[in-house]
Amino acid sequence: MTAPPPYTTIIGLEVHVQLLTRTKLFCGCSTRFGAAPNTQVCPTCLGLPGSLPVMNRQAFELALRAALALDCTIAPFTKWDRKNYFYPDLPKGYQISQFDLPFSSDGRLEVVDPKGAFSRTVGIIRVHLEEDAGKSMHDEAAGTADSRIDLNRAGTPLCEIVTQPDLRSPQEARAWLNELKLLLVYLGVSDCNMQEGSLRVDANVNLHVPQADGRVAKTPIVEIKNMNSFRSVERALAYETARQWEEWQATKAEMGTTPKQTRGWDDPAGITRAQRHKEESSDYRYFPEPDLVPVTVSEEQLAAVRGAMGERPTVLRRALAERWSISPYDADVLVNQGRELVAYFEDVATRVGEGKVASNWLQQDVLRTLNERNESVDAFPIRPDALADLIGRVQKGEFDTSRGREIFAEVLASGRSVADVVATLGIAAVGDDELVALCRELIAENPKIVADVKGGKEQAAAGLIGQAKKKNPNVNPGKVRAKCLELIRGM
Amino acid sequence: MQPLELSAVDLVAALRQGDLTAVECATAFLDRIDAGNGAINAFLAVDREGALARAADIDARRRSGRPVGPLAGLPVALKDVLCTVDMPTTCASRMLAGYRPPYDADVVERLRRADAVFLGKTNMDEFAMGGSNENSAFGPVRNPWDLSRAPGGSSGGSAACVAADMAPVAIGSDTGGSIRQPAGLCGITGLKPTYGRVSRRGLVAFASSLDQIGPMARSAADCALIMETIAGHDPGDSTSLATEVPRYGQLLDKPLTGVRIGRVPEHFAEGLDPEVARGVEEAFAVLEAAGATVHEVRLPHARYGIPTYYLIAPCEASSNLARYDGAHYGHRAQAAGQAASGRAAGGAGGGDSPLAEMYRRSRAEGFGPEVKRRIMLGTYALSAGYYDAYYAKALRVRRLIRQDYLDAFQTVDLIGGPVSATPAFKLGEKKDDPLAMYLVDLYTVGTNLAGVGGISFPCGFTRSGLPIGFQLQAPPLGEPLLLRAADRFQQLTDWHRRRPRPAGGAPA
Repeated sequence: MTAPPPYTTIIGLEVHVQLLTRTKLFCGCSTRFGAAPNTQVCPTCLGLPGSLPVMNRQAFELALRAALALDCTIAPFTKWDRKNYFYPDLPKGYQISQFDLPFSSDGRLEVVDPKGAFSRTVGIIRVHLEEDAGKSMHDEAAGTADSRIDLNRAGTPLCEIVTQPDLRSPQEARAWLNELKLLLVYLGVSDCNMQEGSLRVDANVNLHVPQADGRVAKTPIVEIKNMNSFRSVERALAYETARQWEEWQATKAEMGTTPKQTRGWDDPAGITRAQRHKEESSDYRYFPEPDLVPVTVSEEQLAAVRGAMGERPTVLRRALAERWSISPYDADVLVNQGRELVAYFEDVATRVGEGKVASNWLQQDVLRTLNERNESVDAFPIRPDALADLIGRVQKGEFDTSRGREIFAEVLASGRSVADVVATLGIAAVGDDELVALCRELIAENPKIVADVKGGKEQAAAGLIGQAKKKNPNVNPGKVRAKCLELIRGM
Repeated sequence: MQPLELSAVDLVAALRQGDLTAVECATAFLDRIDAGNGAINAFLAVDREGALARAADIDARRRSGRPVGPLAGLPVALKDVLCTVDMPTTCASRMLAGYRPPYDADVVERLRRADAVFLGKTNMDEFAMGGSNENSAFGPVRNPWDLSRAPGGSSGGSAACVAADMAPVAIGSDTGGSIRQPAGLCGITGLKPTYGRVSRRGLVAFASSLDQIGPMARSAADCALIMETIAGHDPGDSTSLATEVPRYGQLLDKPLTGVRIGRVPEHFAEGLDPEVARGVEEAFAVLEAAGATVHEVRLPHARYGIPTYYLIAPCEASSNLARYDGAHYGHRAQAAGQAASGRAAGGAGGGDSPLAEMYRRSRAEGFGPEVKRRIMLGTYALSAGYYDAYYAKALRVRRLIRQDYLDAFQTVDLIGGPVSATPAFKLGEKKDDPLAMYLVDLYTVGTNLAGVGGISFPCGFTRSGLPIGFQLQAPPLGEPLLLRAADRFQQLTDWHRRRPRPAGGAPA
């Protein structure tokens, strides 16, 4: 047990998620990832003279869904603002965003460590909608130092989620991001794919250091960028925490004495580096976007979005544990796999009339197979009715679990039905009399093994099991072993 | 049949009846442009070939009994701030010299569907910023009534081409008076519709919350005809109104009995030219003779119109014009270090990244002085620490101004008065005095700030032969009454029929 650090780590996150809309926020261009550069563009997202934005209602509804799921207060009236700055991947010279009247604010999302290490409710300051910029590619390798601009992404709808500085460790930050991602994927708001840029995280971190006089010293806040996975968020925060502690000890510099610093995470090197200061006190000259009309949100609209939302992961974990009498840990494992797996589980559990056995089959057999095959449950060839059929047969004693696993594998490999596989493999339950007769036969045929066992070498009985399987593939190896040992001892 | 002498309404009728072919009609106006545009500089681009091909196609369809649109064969000139796929769209700026948009503005689409024939693109103040047309990067337009004078602006080319018989109809845009003021100074009729009545999609933005497109023609009846085609909801413009479009032309022919017209005493204060004042008073008398009654109304915040307008419009412009950075289209400065130094380009020079230097130089070279002035005004007013004192306050005053109008329209149906304080001024007269130039919008900016409609039409001439304009303003969507009142006035007067002596020789 190491001593706790002599400071408190204070972390707040700023998360941008791309909404799962078919088209962009203010025009009809596709948001599909991976198309050839500048092929999903039109006068509006190119910012050509005279072009005008028209709000995508679906994007607004998805954003509402996310904000409601984060327990935010929804503003009855919200407007758009222009954030002005020059950059080649921002073709209008301004980004349409929300400044002083975001559509939602003041929410929260809890994260609970399943092993009980922490439980943290993180406040959400605001969630707002904005359009993405394009992508700049600085191609130094080409030797020309030219930059290339791809505007396919320009105008893609983004939800910006800003948390309170409520997180207290890099581990918590990572766990909370996992929980946020799970929630947003559950709701169908975003696919949260960090590789494709549909989820981006910036982190603000500093340390609170209690002083001998009772005062708490606060180190300067650092914003970390360029983190491309939740793992790198955790690593970057851990690095930065340690770096700030060292710097504090060396300089005793407190917040407010230096301008806010931005540092970039260098993943291969495992360090953060100071970035060039942005334009000194960047002034975005926000003002209301005159090309769009304000959006009003009615109670009916909110009720409709709530109604269509479905159970959130936190609620679902509790509900699943209660409905199916499974442990909170099991419920956590199932829920963290996503909404499709939970639906699959509930289908199987309903059919077999029991949660625990369905949960076991899912965690031990289905999930393992899905991982091996790198497949989603929707594409899994054994559908819930087939798995329930198999589990039901085990429950009825047609065959035991280990034989059931073999059938599972065969169904998976052949694509045939459970009944079909059972019939062709000649699977049938082995009765007690049948088992005893088989074991007597084996003992009679193997005097050497019997002698060895009698001589104290019980492991010699293993030789009998292989032979038993050849005589009757339906026998349970464990039962054969036990029965044989019992008979030999009785001799 | 002499097309140049006919109104748009009569031209459409003559074309429909076969008294005139679309090719004959287009040819007459194109020839007039050829003869007169050198002196007046109303057109930046003339599409003779395109216009004649289009006219020939319309004639062919008509001959073979195939359907044609309601404006079939009517020549129309377009202000060069409207996007057109088949002609350059420059906004009279070096920044967009030669720029060809990949799409048509909504109004252009509507006019094409109606089978109008586009003659060309008209000159204007750069990016619609100005009241004299002297801010064009391609030379000023000259007023057809006196070539030494300005036609007004920013739709100066559109106004001058109609006044000089180079087009029966032109489309303009009005952000603070840019249709009404040049219409007044050139002796034609111009309508600035209610904000949102005509789609702004494809109108290159100056100040988005104020810009509105409208018709400029020889008469209110001609404006009504064009409005039937260009007005209407556009799902591509979020600020466009969904209200049904009336048949403006059919609502004209009614007396003005019972119509109450407001007269604002402040309009007749110091600074109003006495000849203009006399013309305006006579116009009130004509309207009374037509059955209207005149009542005094107040617009208490009208005197804040100019400062309010010159904050809101430049703020929006500073953002709307940020896109012209040389990166994607438009003028781009030569590679760094080749041409002018950073200092010559208006920047502090040195220390800039090549990208920032490219932006700075492209914009310094591409924009004219008035555009730069407004970008700087707007950028300043929106900056941190100034926003509340300038932009936010201007928005509050704007609401008061709109409320003034709505209050006034509780007691009157229309508000009448001058369009400009003076008749057409000399080219160069105000060029070096931006403040004096800003005051030419004194009577017109209120309409835009309030988002209502206004119409300008000639109500007399000065002794030296310059047109005097009269303005009527109406409550939101009051275009039918505006057009009806102006049409009634034009039934009783013939100021709108007067023509300047043709520049470049008498018409054939």
